[in-house]
Formats: sequence, C-alpha cells, structure tokens
Amino acid sequence: MIVDVLVLAALGAILGLDVVSFPQAQISRPLVSATLGGAFMGNAGVGLLCGVLLELFAHETLPFGASRYPEWGSSSPIAGAAAAAGAAVGSVPMSLLFAVPFGLLTASLGGWSMVQLRQLNARLARRRLDALARGSARTVAGLQVAGATADLSRAGLVAMLAAIVALPAVRWIAVQPAPMSVYAIPMLASLGGAVAAGAAWKMFHSTSGTRWFGVAGLAVGALLVSLMSRG
Amino acid sequence: MSGAPEPAPPAAPTIAAPAFPFRTRATIISRLFAVQASWNYEILIGNGIGFCVEPALRLLPGGAGSEEYRAALARQSQYFNAHPYLASFAVGALARAELEGQPPARIERFRTALCGPLGSVGDRLVWVGLLPACSFAGLLLFGLGASPLTCVLVFLVMYNAGHVALRLWGLQMGWEKGLAVASALGHPILREGPVWLARAGTFLAGVAVPLAVMRLVDGGGLARVGITLVTAAAGASALVLFHGRVEGWRLALLAGFAALVLFLFRHA
Repeated sequence: MIVDVLVLAALGAILGLDVVSFPQAQISRPLVSATLGGAFMGNAGVGLLCGVLLELFAHETLPFGASRYPEWGSSSPIAGAAAAAGAAVGSVPMSLLFAVPFGLLTASLGGWSMVQLRQLNARLARRRLDALARGSARTVAGLQVAGATADLSRAGLVAMLAAIVALPAVRWIAVQPAPMSVYAIPMLASLGGAVAAGAAWKMFHSTSGTRWFGVAGLAVGALLVSLMSRG
Repeated sequence: MSGAPEPAPPAAPTIAAPAFPFRTRATIISRLFAVQASWNYEILIGNGIGFCVEPALRLLPGGAGSEEYRAALARQSQYFNAHPYLASFAVGALARAELEGQPPARIERFRTALCGPLGSVGDRLVWVGLLPACSFAGLLLFGLGASPLTCVLVFLVMYNAGHVALRLWGLQMGWEKGLAVASALGHPILREGPVWLARAGTFLAGVAVPLAVMRLVDGGGLARVGITLVTAAAGASALVLFHGRVEGWRLALLAGFAALVLFLFRHA
C-alpha cells in the first residue's frame, strides 16, 4: 500500500504539472490520466471506464486563464487507480460509484490548491519585482523553476492525500453487498452524458451552423447505438 | 507629349531580419512549453515571456549581461497575458523587435496591444475548439469499443499534433512578421479554425456521447441504454435551461456520494 501511494503520488505530481506549468500536452485529461492510474493498479480497462466518466464531466470545466477550475491531473489517476483497486477485490459498479465522485471532489480540491499556488507565485514575483526591473536573468529563471517545483509538489501532495484516503476506502466499499449497485453505472453514465451534452451546447451553440452538425451527429449516434445494442 | 513619369516614392526603409540561429530557436521552443510555470495573479505569464525571449536577447550587441540585454529582459518580464500556445506569436515578434533595436516605447505599446487578441483567439481555437473536439473523438473511440491504449493514444496524438504545430507556427510567424504580427492573427487558421473546430466538436459530441453512454452501461439491451440516454438528455436540457446558475459536475459530485451512501445504507 505504501509503495502504491508513493508511485501514485509521483504520477499525480507529473500529471498535475501538465495542467498549467509544463508541458500542457493534456496527459492530465481524465481520459488519459485515469487510464494510467488504472493501468498502474493492473486494470487499464476499469481505469478507462472511470476516465471516460470523468472526461464527460470535464467538458463543463475548461481551463480559462485566471478562472478557478477543477484540476484533473492529480485527481484522475487516483480515481482510476481506486476504481481498479476496488475492481480487483469486489464490485466494479460500487468501485466506480466511489471513485468517480471522489475524483470530482479531489479535482475540486486540486483547483483550490492551484489558486493557493498562484497566490504564492504572486508573492514570490512581488518580492522580486526590483530584480525583474533590473533585467536579472537569474531571477527570471528562478521564478520559473520555483513555480514549476511548487506546482509539482502541490500536485504530488494532493495525489498522495487522495490515494491515502481512496485506496483503503474503495477496497472496503467494493466488497460490501449492495443489491442496488446495478443502478450505479447507469446513474453515473446519465449524469456524465447530461453534463457533456449540456457542456457541448454551451460551448458550441453560438457558432454559426453548429446546430445542423449537432443534429447530424446525434442522428449518426442514435443509428449506431440502435445497431450496436441489437448486435 | 506628356512629360517623364513621376518617380516612384522611395520605399519605406525595411529592417533586415536578424539572424535566428537554430540553437536559439530550439531553446526558445523548449522554453515555450513552460511559459506558464510561474503563472501568478501579479504579472500573469509576464515572467514566462521573459524566460522564453531570453535566449534571443543573448544575441544583442554585448551579449548576455550587457546593458541592452538587461533592459530588454526587464521589458519582456513585465505583466503579460495570452493563451499559452499563442504566446509563441508574441515571443517570436518580441524577440525580433528587440534584436532589430526597435524603440523601447514602441515595443511596450506593442506588447500591451497583443495581450487581448492572443488570449481570446487562443481560447476559442484551443479550449473551446481543439480540446473538446479531440476529447469527443477519444470518447467516440471508446464508444466504438476501442482498447484503452487506442483511446488514449489517438486523443494524445490528435491533440498534440495541433498543439505543437500551433506553438511552432506561432514562433515562426512572430519572428517573420515582427511588429506586424497582428496581420498573422487574420490568418484563416485563426479566423476560421475555431468555427470549423466547433462544428467538428458538435458533430463528434452528437455521435460520441450516446455511444460512450451505451458502452458504459454495457449490455442490458436497448431498453436500458434508451432509459439512460433519455435521462441524460433530460438532464442536459435542464442544465442548458439553468445555464450559468448550476454546474453539472458539482451536482454529479453530490448525487454520486448520495447514491453511494444510499446503496451502502440500504444494505445495512
């Protein structure tokens, strides 16, 4: 368990760094990071299920500049790992029913921690405004390195705390007999689908012509669902 | 008989582009990926811009540490805001302006003027265009039954092809155009790109969301998939109706934990 927590903290730190500081390649997106977390715990498939559910929610929270948004990089790998850890000992639906809301909660806390980091960076910058005004290359590079290091530490700490809570909790929850757990995944899928579809409308409806592309997409989607459900 | 034609007015003097060595360019490109490392509420990405432009400033007369170098670095490390990927346009243009020896006041005015457009164009092109489109493409693959590796790799390759190309192209355009880089912001990719990415994203969302929901439910027949999809559609309509007043992911967080407690409590 300690090794799992430490490795997941390192993974969360690296993926959390990707959100803003470096390199913003979107390896922090839930689709990627939860799958990686699940793969680390030996079940990439369950990690992907968790990642897809979180990804559906993530469409509503775009990383616009100074706004506060959930931080998926340190939270999603822990959620994916928790889902996989629960699935290894018990029920997949109950594991996901814990892992997905837990991932959302951790992402929210991660977002709060990013605001604290930005305030810390601002204090560091404010103290060095004179050196910046003198054109000190060392100060410029130092602020960049300090910011990235603090972000890496922040994300690692969030991931470690989340893993310490999530792994034992999910292993307990997944083995509890819960007859209603058959409704868990449809409920999560309904919520995720609703949020993603609503977010797509909010993002795209003001662009000319998108309505017909959306209608065409829905028609193709409905046709494929109908064919594949029968198959 | 008409007289001799009027001589053409002399062309405005143009400043030849300074040399931009490969090593300097490569260092700037690598630094562009960390342009937001010290993002803060005081100077936003100003320090990051200074950090990225710095390798070019070493080419100033006198080299690193000279008076010109320090004055230029001080100018470039002030407050700045832009989309992180499109900051490369600013970095290229500012590097060239400094190496051309443009007047400091002109560079500072130019720097201030660039902030707004680079932010809004980048947000529309990347955060509301490329990212959701690639994400929905990844979800579509999941819905079609692709393996975890395929879903992840296709998403990352699609997204980063656009992401890296945008950073490289921005630096090149910024360097080529210098203080005239604003004209590059009218390029069809930046003008029409957001529109077409939004259309692609809408189409992909329409296909991907039902398919992803179907695969998540995994079996249970058309009726179960249908009920889940109808519930999702009703939820989406409610979220659109209450747009700006309710955040779906926060509701989902509460609903998820409530269901978890309910399921465990019902058993106990």
